[in-house]
Amino acid sequence: MSDYYNPADLNKFAEIGKDAPELATKFFDYYSAVFAEGELTAREKALIALGVAHAVQCPYCIDAYTRSCLEKGSHLGEMTEAVHVANAIRGGASLVHGIQMRKVADKLGM
Amino acid sequence: MLIPFADTLAAHNLELTRESTRTLQINVGRLCDLACRHCHLEAGPTRREVMTPETMAAVMAFAARHRFAVIDVTGGAPELVPEISTLLRGLAAHTDQLMLRTNLTALMAPERAELLELIINLKITLVASFPSINARQADAQRGVGVSDRSVAMLQMLNTRGYGQPGSGLLLHLVANPGGAFLPDDQSAAELRFKQEAQRRFGIVFNQLFTFANMPLGRFRSWLEKSGNETDYLQRLQAAFNPCTVTGLMCRTLLSVDWDGHLYDCDFNLAAGIPLGGKTLTIDALPEPPVAGTMIATGEHCYACTAGSGFT
Repeated sequence: MSDYYNPADLNKFAEIGKDAPELATKFFDYYSAVFAEGELTAREKALIALGVAHAVQCPYCIDAYTRSCLEKGSHLGEMTEAVHVANAIRGGASLVHGIQMRKVADKLGM
Repeated sequence: MLIPFADTLAAHNLELTRESTRTLQINVGRLCDLACRHCHLEAGPTRREVMTPETMAAVMAFAARHRFAVIDVTGGAPELVPEISTLLRGLAAHTDQLMLRTNLTALMAPERAELLELIINLKITLVASFPSINARQADAQRGVGVSDRSVAMLQMLNTRGYGQPGSGLLLHLVANPGGAFLPDDQSAAELRFKQEAQRRFGIVFNQLFTFANMPLGRFRSWLEKSGNETDYLQRLQAAFNPCTVTGLMCRTLLSVDWDGHLYDCDFNLAAGIPLGGKTLTIDALPEPPVAGTMIATGEHCYACTAGSGFT
């Protein structure tokens, strides 16, 4: 396999339904429902998705939700802040484990 | 490879034909104080094409003979056209709603103060370009500092009653995307613009119109240079919504250019596709085009049928 993360593959996402169509249908139906306008607007959901896309480091999701955010009227300032939110949670999640490290070290140390 | 727009219509058993003509759109020229990167007409400060008094007279005579529900004056920046006051005065009596498209900056110049008073007195509906609440995004499209000047002009228009409930002075905003992507849903965008314009700038307005950037003129050149052309055209095509065809503005609109030539819409005008396939000027047109006449199409038509459409 020579090509990982080919942008054109995003348009082939539906092919994941081959050989397991019922599961794919359930997933895509759920996916559509999640992103529909609800208590959160579609624009807010796209910004959350953009942040999560960076947290999970999915290039397909970053492509898709950068475009989606722009199409829903978000601007680069908002989108950059969303990425920082993802980064803060990721960084915070690492850092808070430092408490565990300190507890273990305290126990082991004299 | 893009499917010809006419073939897409045929695949949906649709035809694009004219209804009775209710709107006269008058493009008074390419001269503009701005050179927006999305402009399908490539208007700008170096352009010299403006409507002459003779052509204005022919347009006013036509509007007097055939009453239009709406007359929509556009450009370029119509405010910069000499004798624009004469045209506006001459048209006001012959329509239920006279609209003027403004980029806001051309109208705020001190030498346009008299014109502004005329616009207010004639209760002309203003349709103002305001692509984004975000200054950086707007300036990237329209030029550095344009957003701040636009906000200042909108605030001034509000103080004169424009956009205020019960004033009879309608102020609509027009927003288009800041690049090679599709516009937001119009109702969602209007709600957000109203909240943010009020919160950030204390601005009120009546309605927001969103539209996809036309793959014509200066925007087409940018698409080509930036490597976005194929992807953008394919996205427009993929977003084709057959439900938009019935309400497309070209079905009820007659477009007249600065030199009097006639088109089905301002986009066919930019693409050089004349009304009825032949060169015709307004002084030679006996009456508005009859219902049932076919409308010429091009690949740019996909921009009006994408998603919620541009109607």
